[in-house]
Amino acid sequence: MSIFYFVAFLSIFFALMTIFAKNPVHSVLYLVITFFTFTVHYVLLNAQFLAVVNFIVYMGAIMVLFLFVLMLLNLNKDTEPLKSNLVKFMGVIAGMCVLVTLVGSFRMLETSQPVTLKNPDIGLVGNLGKVLFSEFLLPFEISSILLLTAMVGAVLLAKNDAKKA
Amino acid sequence: MESALLLEKTILVVAVFAITLFIAMYSTLVERKVAGFMQARFGPDRAGPFGILQPLCDGGKFFFKEEIIPAGAHKFLFIAGPAVAMFTACITSAVIPWGQELVIGDRVVSLQVTDINVGVLYIFGVVALGVYGIMIGGWASNNKYSLMGAVRAASQSISYEIGLGLSLIALLMVTGTLSLKEIVAQQEGFVNWNIWVQPLGFLIFMVCAFAECNRVPFDLPECETELIGGYNVEYSSMKLAFYMFAEYINMFVSSALMAALYFGGYNFPFMNELGLSQNWITILGVIAFFIKILAFIFFFMWIRWTLPRFRYDQLMRLGWKILIPLAVANIVLTGIVTIIKDTYF
Repeated sequence: MSIFYFVAFLSIFFALMTIFAKNPVHSVLYLVITFFTFTVHYVLLNAQFLAVVNFIVYMGAIMVLFLFVLMLLNLNKDTEPLKSNLVKFMGVIAGMCVLVTLVGSFRMLETSQPVTLKNPDIGLVGNLGKVLFSEFLLPFEISSILLLTAMVGAVLLAKNDAKKA
Repeated sequence: MESALLLEKTILVVAVFAITLFIAMYSTLVERKVAGFMQARFGPDRAGPFGILQPLCDGGKFFFKEEIIPAGAHKFLFIAGPAVAMFTACITSAVIPWGQELVIGDRVVSLQVTDINVGVLYIFGVVALGVYGIMIGGWASNNKYSLMGAVRAASQSISYEIGLGLSLIALLMVTGTLSLKEIVAQQEGFVNWNIWVQPLGFLIFMVCAFAECNRVPFDLPECETELIGGYNVEYSSMKLAFYMFAEYINMFVSSALMAALYFGGYNFPFMNELGLSQNWITILGVIAFFIKILAFIFFFMWIRWTLPRFRYDQLMRLGWKILIPLAVANIVLTGIVTIIKDTYF
């Protein structure tokens, strides 16, 4: 349990650093570390497959692309859009309102029962695969079609129109 | 955890780490010797007999060179870059099975640091992480040539990871497990090696491994003629050595992976027919494994001194338009063959 609290602390700490970092590249690097702490959370839950996929997809691919784009953009103080004090003031008030609402609503909730899995090894690859391809086959296939659609859409957007060019 | 297990794992980790560093160190010498051999000259032969003290001299030289951190560089990330590169290179070897079990007294000692049931995916993840060292270092140098190198490294790594992953999927369809220990154990003897069932998959895997290691002909991130040096332009002293060292460690680890996944790992022909005891088979197996690894390392060098570098658009075309469709075709083919085999034989 103490490991959980330590890792949870790290997750929140680096998530906050992601927001507060001045430099966008630092921000992305903090986000990478945040994702790494999520991986540790998954390992603690005995979900090895999810852990390693989170590791590969988020840390290994998506964040590399984020970093790639940010490095090319070369954002710094000079290019930062300046916001007026009024906007900042309004932002702070709105954020506080959201915080109060969230805290209030969480207080209303009853504390949930600790989840006990029927099969603690459900997160291992073989078990997960069997469940995904039998019980949850339809949602699984639909989500893969969704991803395919997004991919085709991205290619369409990126591709130059031959007639225009 | 009992103390004996802790002790044997500690010894194993230290041994693997030491062997990795040793091989990486001597790869630098062998590389120059191979280059000399290819170009009909001697290569380094001044330090010690056949130049075997050359890596030590190089290491000493790197230590005593002046360390320069450019004024415009981001200091922390500039130092973190080579550290990350070195770290990610070193942790891959944790899941590689170096041999079968040794029997000492009544204890069975496994020659693998850890057998996690997602071993193959772990390696894939660490490989994916490897590019951060180059990207962080290239960006922190605050130099446009380094940045270009870093950006090239990122896009190259992402592109070839897909081919690498797809070629591995076909292999996993054959083996039916993600655990490296089981994958190697299945390839007993000689005829069961995965290369016989996955020749195309191996070819794709190898090309992608070259690209992931940033070796010639895929060393675009450190292309001297275009980028005066690439991501490591601003680095000097031991930090530069760390980047080079990480490359050699990566080469060693990917050679070990190719040997383990496709060429039977520690298995060698007639291993069960010789009538040797378990310990002897294990020891011979470890030797066989290292011979395979060294052969692959030689192959890496052979390619380096034979082929010229790709152009960047050629690199991208090869990755996206040739390797990925081939890998997908390989998966489909493997699936069809598996179904035919299951139904008719």
